[in-house]
Amino acid sequence: MAQQPSRNDGVSGAVAAFLDHDLVHAFLRSRITVIAAIFTLVLIGAAFLAPWIAPHDPFDLASISIMDARVPPVWMEYADPRFLIGTDDQGRDLLSGIMYGMRISLIVGFCSVVAAAAIGITLGLIAGYCGGKVDALIMRIADVQLTFPAILIALLIDGVANGIVGGLDREVYAFYILIVAMALSFWVQYARTVRGSTMVEKNKEYVQAARVIGLPAPVIMVRHILPNVMGPVLVIATINLALAIVTESSLSFLGVGMPPTQPSLGTLIAIGNDFLYSGEWWIAIFPGLALALLVLNVNLLGDWLRDALNPKLRG
Amino acid sequence: MILFAARRLFQALIVMLVVSFLAFTMFRFVGDPINQMVGIETSLEDRAALRESLGLNDPMPLQFARFVAGALRFDFGTSYQFRQPVADLFAKRIPATLELSLTSALFALVIGVPMGIHAGLKRESALSKLFMSLSLVGISLPTFFIGILLIFLFSVTLQWLPSFGRGDTVQIGSWWTTGFLTVSGLKALILPSITLGLYQMTLIMRLIRAEMMEVIRSDYIKFARARGLPDRIVHFRHALKNTLVPVVTITGLQLGSIVAFATITETVFQWPGMGLLFLHAVQNVDIPIMSAYLMLTALLFVTINFIVDLLYFLIDPRLRVGRP
Repeated sequence: MAQQPSRNDGVSGAVAAFLDHDLVHAFLRSRITVIAAIFTLVLIGAAFLAPWIAPHDPFDLASISIMDARVPPVWMEYADPRFLIGTDDQGRDLLSGIMYGMRISLIVGFCSVVAAAAIGITLGLIAGYCGGKVDALIMRIADVQLTFPAILIALLIDGVANGIVGGLDREVYAFYILIVAMALSFWVQYARTVRGSTMVEKNKEYVQAARVIGLPAPVIMVRHILPNVMGPVLVIATINLALAIVTESSLSFLGVGMPPTQPSLGTLIAIGNDFLYSGEWWIAIFPGLALALLVLNVNLLGDWLRDALNPKLRG
Repeated sequence: MILFAARRLFQALIVMLVVSFLAFTMFRFVGDPINQMVGIETSLEDRAALRESLGLNDPMPLQFARFVAGALRFDFGTSYQFRQPVADLFAKRIPATLELSLTSALFALVIGVPMGIHAGLKRESALSKLFMSLSLVGISLPTFFIGILLIFLFSVTLQWLPSFGRGDTVQIGSWWTTGFLTVSGLKALILPSITLGLYQMTLIMRLIRAEMMEVIRSDYIKFARARGLPDRIVHFRHALKNTLVPVVTITGLQLGSIVAFATITETVFQWPGMGLLFLHAVQNVDIPIMSAYLMLTALLFVTINFIVDLLYFLIDPRLRVGRP
């Protein structure tokens, strides 16, 4: 990733320089990417503004009534105009539920990506900078873990953590267990990438210079090498955000992720799945479509970012 | 060659040892095995006696050795939920998972390879663009939601295909049951294998397309064209053959993740396989089943990796020369 030379003409100069960057031009040229970005922003906006713009509050027990349970979308018979796309089995407005659920899905996805990146970057920097036995140990662990699909590892960690926590505490800790399980499943890719770039960077003159003036190794790693290896990490993080959202919803669907008291999109689909056969299809299908739309758009953005930052593909 | 194989085998053994250590740690330290085995009214003396007789007071290395020795004889202890030997539970369910996995791998290859070839050769055609858009959608739809959509469409609305179970099965030999031989068995197989195979199919398609585009630009293809060979021969005998090396690797490695992703598909379709067993174990903290599943899948992955490494070596002659 090309580093912009620092300029002294203030904030407006920085903004102008950013707007003139290759990336911005490439972005505006790709129509589908712009559309994907708009969709993503709308979805994220709807999710995070849910407490203010959602038509109902699904967590406000006073406002929901079991009498409203399983009301179909407005274009069907027996619908209720208060509920645009129907209600779930407990009489909660589905549209509001999806907005709140998407918020939880996004938060879990984002936190787990950040946690996985933090673990991966730390281990990758140490492995790349120290080399030798430390490097061999970390990379062997990564190799072993890479032979298993991430979702399997997340399931196992989830299961073990639930075994340790157990019982009623499960709901309280579900959020943290989920993030730890996913972080421990997805760190390998970051570690490998960072290790590779670190091994290149550490032989460059600026690192040698830092070493000559006697800076301690952690300072060199964090202050000098880290900023220069972050480019690829950002690309992986964007692509992994979609993957993390899918993994989270899969785990929640399987019943080991977010509990029904704090439903993510996956939990909503799992709830709706029980009513698919009795004709109440909307309870499962609409959260699923919302999930698919979110993942598709994040994927499109990630793909574009990867191609745009890859100099080999530039024409 | 032999040195290469031996080194890989050694690495595989190390991996298995590490995994069995993890499985042992889980087995031994998550929850107390004794509490799971006895009722609430068992006295402390009886518990201590049971602990002694099971060897849970022995030094850890000895316990670990015993655990590995047991695993080598497929003795993984007794399930907490079912009160049956874990090995028997798995033996009953392995055929279901393997049949599902193989069918979906076949589906992914048979559909994915031709799509990839077409998309790679005729990049600009409308069909190729359709394939690419479909593959993006296929990657973005989570497996379980694909399953739900298929059930909604073909089972609930159209009522063509069953939405759960394996249908009628036929017993072959002492423990293998197959759904391949009955009509209801085959019908039950359709939706789950599409669900499971769709992701792999898009992956294979994208891979073949990328490889094709790479190969078609190479010199030997230009020479083959210059010699006046017909397109069909150039495309299939020269180009396709050289795209197959990475495809074999990826397909082989994907076979492992198919088995893992089967957990999700089996849950959606209530398919009585290993994945469903494992999932119930995770939900109910049935540690013996979890650690056995970990060991079995590890064995599967390590075996597949080993075979793929050897295949790679056999297919690509360049790897055989000039390598220590």
